[in-house]
Amino acid sequence: MLLTEEQMLDTIKDVIAKNHIAVFMKGTPAQPKCGFSAAVVEILNTMNVPYVGIDAIADPRFRHVLSAHTNWPTLPQVFVGGKLVGGCDIVREMKASGELEKVVAEAFK
Amino acid sequence: MATLAEVKAAIEQALPGSEVTVTDLTGGGDHLAVVVAAPQFAGKGLLDQHRMIHAALKDKMAPASNEIHALQIKTSVRGS
Repeated sequence: MLLTEEQMLDTIKDVIAKNHIAVFMKGTPAQPKCGFSAAVVEILNTMNVPYVGIDAIADPRFRHVLSAHTNWPTLPQVFVGGKLVGGCDIVREMKASGELEKVVAEAFK
Repeated sequence: MATLAEVKAAIEQALPGSEVTVTDLTGGGDHLAVVVAAPQFAGKGLLDQHRMIHAALKDKMAPASNEIHALQIKTSVRGS
């Protein structure tokens, strides 16, 4: 059964609230459908931390509901500790600077 | 299709005094990379800096438009 947009929004809020790290992406961690999503998955995998990856393009309405809620237009979107960290570029930059390890460690405290 | 000059102009207009470089990553005109050095980024986190660029390109990006399919962003504070 298809979710309503209200149900999608509830799902999104729930995923963000209940996971230390959540990634809304194109495809899945096992099968990313975009280079930027793949790059984020690769970074998280190398950090050896648990995260959930949600396919945001399986239903075309989903990403619109997501972007309206998060005020972020593109995918992937990475949430750590319930907060939006950013997309691929920011995650890459924070990984390079060591900032990503810090916010992740903080989220798992 | 947004031209590189249009993208550059839109960011420069939104962030006066900024230095903007736009690159077409694939030659298709819809996978772009922007490097932006702006005085307005001072004191702001990466998330806010990127949001300022998203806002400048709002009518060229999803959900309003799909002119820009993918946008790589690199920001820095100008004047620091």
